[in-house]
Amino acid sequence: MGADFIIAAIITVVGLTTPILLAGIGELVVEKSGVLNLGVEGMMLTGAISGFAVTVITGNPWAGVIGAAIGGALASLLFAVLVLQLNSNQVATGLALTIFGTGLSSLLGLSFTGRIVAPFLSVFPASLSADPILKVIFGYSPIVYFALLMVPLTAWFLKSTRAGLILRAVGENDLSAHSIGYSVRRVRYAAIAFGGAMAGIGGCYFSLVITPMWAEKMTAGRGWIALALVVFAGWRMGRLLAGAYFFGILMALELYAKASGFSFLPSQFWAAMPYIMTVVALSFISSRGTAGANAPACLGKPFLPST
Amino acid sequence: MRIKLEKRREPSMLMLVATPVASVLVTMLIGIVVFDLIGIKGFRAVVDIFLSPLLASYKWQDVAVKAAPLVIIALGLAVGNRAQVWNIGAEGQYVIGALCAAGVAIGFGTIGGPVVVVLMVAAGILGGAAWAAIPAWLRTRFSVNEILSSLMLTYVALQVLSYLVGGPWKDPNGRNFPASAPLGDGQTLPVLFAGSTVHLGVAVAIVLPFVFWYLMKRSVFGFQVRVVGSAPNAARHGGFDGKQTIWLALIISGGMAGLAGSMEFAGVLHKIDLGFPSGYGFTAIIVSFLGRLNPIGCLIAGIVLAVTYVGGQMAQTTVHIPNSTAGIFQAMMLFFILASDILVRYRIRLVPSAPQLVAGE
Amino acid sequence: MTKISRRTLMKGAGAIATASVIGKPALAADKLKIGFIFLGPIGDYGWTWAHNKGREAVEAALGDKVETIYVENVAEDASAIPQIRDLAQQGCKLIFTTSYGYMDQTIQVAGEFKDVKFEHCTGFKRADNVSTYNSKFHEGRAVLGTIAGKQSKSGTLGYLGSFKVPEVVLGVNSFTLSAQRQNKDAKVKLVMIDSWFDPPKEAAATETLINLGCDIVTTHTDSPAALQTLEQKGLHGFGQGADMSSFAPNAHLTAILDIWGPYYIARAQAMLDGKWASTDTWWGFKEGTVQIAPYGKDVTKDAAAAADKVQAGYKDGSFNIFTGPIYAQDGTLKVKDGEVMKDADLATIDWFVKGVESAS
Repeated sequence: MGADFIIAAIITVVGLTTPILLAGIGELVVEKSGVLNLGVEGMMLTGAISGFAVTVITGNPWAGVIGAAIGGALASLLFAVLVLQLNSNQVATGLALTIFGTGLSSLLGLSFTGRIVAPFLSVFPASLSADPILKVIFGYSPIVYFALLMVPLTAWFLKSTRAGLILRAVGENDLSAHSIGYSVRRVRYAAIAFGGAMAGIGGCYFSLVITPMWAEKMTAGRGWIALALVVFAGWRMGRLLAGAYFFGILMALELYAKASGFSFLPSQFWAAMPYIMTVVALSFISSRGTAGANAPACLGKPFLPST
Repeated sequence: MRIKLEKRREPSMLMLVATPVASVLVTMLIGIVVFDLIGIKGFRAVVDIFLSPLLASYKWQDVAVKAAPLVIIALGLAVGNRAQVWNIGAEGQYVIGALCAAGVAIGFGTIGGPVVVVLMVAAGILGGAAWAAIPAWLRTRFSVNEILSSLMLTYVALQVLSYLVGGPWKDPNGRNFPASAPLGDGQTLPVLFAGSTVHLGVAVAIVLPFVFWYLMKRSVFGFQVRVVGSAPNAARHGGFDGKQTIWLALIISGGMAGLAGSMEFAGVLHKIDLGFPSGYGFTAIIVSFLGRLNPIGCLIAGIVLAVTYVGGQMAQTTVHIPNSTAGIFQAMMLFFILASDILVRYRIRLVPSAPQLVAGE
Repeated sequence: MTKISRRTLMKGAGAIATASVIGKPALAADKLKIGFIFLGPIGDYGWTWAHNKGREAVEAALGDKVETIYVENVAEDASAIPQIRDLAQQGCKLIFTTSYGYMDQTIQVAGEFKDVKFEHCTGFKRADNVSTYNSKFHEGRAVLGTIAGKQSKSGTLGYLGSFKVPEVVLGVNSFTLSAQRQNKDAKVKLVMIDSWFDPPKEAAATETLINLGCDIVTTHTDSPAALQTLEQKGLHGFGQGADMSSFAPNAHLTAILDIWGPYYIARAQAMLDGKWASTDTWWGFKEGTVQIAPYGKDVTKDAAAAADKVQAGYKDGSFNIFTGPIYAQDGTLKVKDGEVMKDADLATIDWFVKGVESAS
């Protein structure tokens, strides 16, 4: 195993990880504000088609990424209005959003099927990404760096800024946050829109980078893995990053094992692993009261102020 | 003027019934407009999706067969949802139920007969309930959120299915295609009318809502579910055991999903392949809400959803709407029903806004 | 979620553009009405697109003697039953169900309509009024293997598969044996992704194969994801089911084209002549159901010549890649020298040839 081999494997893992990391960051913030949005898959698909469509129309992948963020955010606002304004059930509304996003993206995608764009790859000078060692640093799409940058940024935001503190307070105890005078709804609107935008960008990683084209249901269930990831990470940003790469490595390992002729476990076992591990991790987190403190207390519950 | 919400003391019965009907009607109206906008004959499309399956008598059996699993799963989910126990893993329980039925059938080999079929269905119920018992145990033992755990387990169930039909249970005469061997003649659910596809499960789906309605109304458990759901604190004071409610709610909904899965397997498909999980478990969540968590409501809502499925297929050949639009319609109906939920619990009043008066409003 | 034989490449295109009334109205009562059940949308540039081309060929060839109607996006579950029945009720006397997953459904509906003839694609269950038909895609795979064997520098080739079903096993074996005729040390690394369609997994699997030394990768899954990955890496691959050169102008060496027209015309003609009988048909290059797309610009002269020879050999019947000696993966002799494998054995094949590196 030479350095080239390891680097190429790392690049594959990064490709597998980035979309679920992006969607996971968004969902983590949403859940920290006390809202459970199960519409991640729908928002990712909406982002995938909007990002692709904007790139086809403008010819500019940067505009495409922004379009994907807007597309994902708009889809999430549909959820936000229902959940926040009309106090609808979050679980059902989130599922409806996934069904809606799947259908809508297929409908929007009809006129973009069969078209291609140039892949949105590294923007660094070719000399930097030619060298195998430097390539592992400079060889990715800008979206990858964005995702990695968002991890500490979001962690810092949640931990150290006033706004982040308010967001967490809203997720922890919406009624007392409300009584101190914070607008619970406004905070949650912002969190949900952020979650939608991040899921949208995660979605466009498929349609702009991995396979620069549009295909119906091209995210192939990654939105659900992102949901599992947030739980697996115990709502902690550092663990989210580690967990995303752990899931990514699992997915790559399955492929490497098969391509190398190993079959020590059925492939279904590999595919089920992220979900099984999430349930196990969730049990640990939930059973230990202190560690479970990271789970937002108001997660999934409607906000019902008495006034 | 501004809009003010006043909480009703009692949920409005009128709104409870009127809003689902209105949701369907508004969805149809929007459908007509949107389809016309994107260049499809909107009126024709909506008529085809919502009415044609009801008008064409030869389509009734398709609607019935499609509605049966939706109604049965939704009944169980409605019980849980009423008690504020959120099982969203019905799809997984449906799959496991079908697999357990298949396991019994495989175990009996070529032996058939009513006893075997009853055992298959019983195994389906038990399997679905057992799969749902995992989130119940995790919730009561480790306080694990059942929404997350039941969802995760659905994806595990799909891999179990993939493993079994692609490995140990693969049909030896199936040329390596991942699918179980077709059921023998005596191992399938009987058909109600000769020459039709309407199987015994359809009758079960028609009878069960009334059974559930009666039980929820009369039994202590029904009362318990209603109390726990509407006033958890009062329930605790009243001596109702929260854990017991969680267990029962999940086991009932899981059992129903397993029942639906085993009957779909034994009554319709007669084999299991990777196409078996067709989303009934998720759609049933929509059905339970559209039916207002009421057993009879679930029956009606299940039929409505089945009509849109069958109608969506018909509209494909008549007005050539893409497949995906059926999903948009279902999501829209759910959005409206969820949005209108507030009308059940609140009264909308227009009150003069005191501080600032904007001219013209 | 993976579903078998969901050959849905790029669902949707053209679905809206199609006129709302399909097929011409019946003018004469003796017109033969033919129905088609399609898996994807007719604009998928893949499996269904090819079948729809076949339907159009029937209309073009037989003109007003026939009328055709079709249904797209038919799921491979119980809901296919009413769709097939609908076609029969609408007066279709010949119905083609064009995916493996409609097998039992076709048999069931055929039992209800004894006077209607059914044709099921890629299945193996027949009845008095149900025929089966398939195409020898592996013959096309032999052409791809020839080009790959000739052009690969590493001698290690990649094969992206879906499931270990006979069609895929035949493809792998044909590809491997053909490559070994050009380069006796050629090896084929096989990855099954347990799905016909999962673009991110297809892309990651392609990267994996490349990293393990493959410089040419062929796909037996339905999206152009692998080709796009190869294009980015400056390597080469092949299209699946249709010419995919627009997705990867440089990487695309050629593609196997599925041409169903000749078969559909023959069966419709048999109905018109009153000569339809239940059979199992497996056509290939010779009958025109398998064709090869124009070679890409990176195909060398040598490779093109060798590939042409394989095509010509299949067309005149002088060549068959499944001619012994053929050794299985573990080295045991499966087909003796000079012996040719029978179609019946090919149809149920479940073992890989020597030189295939696979997990199962």
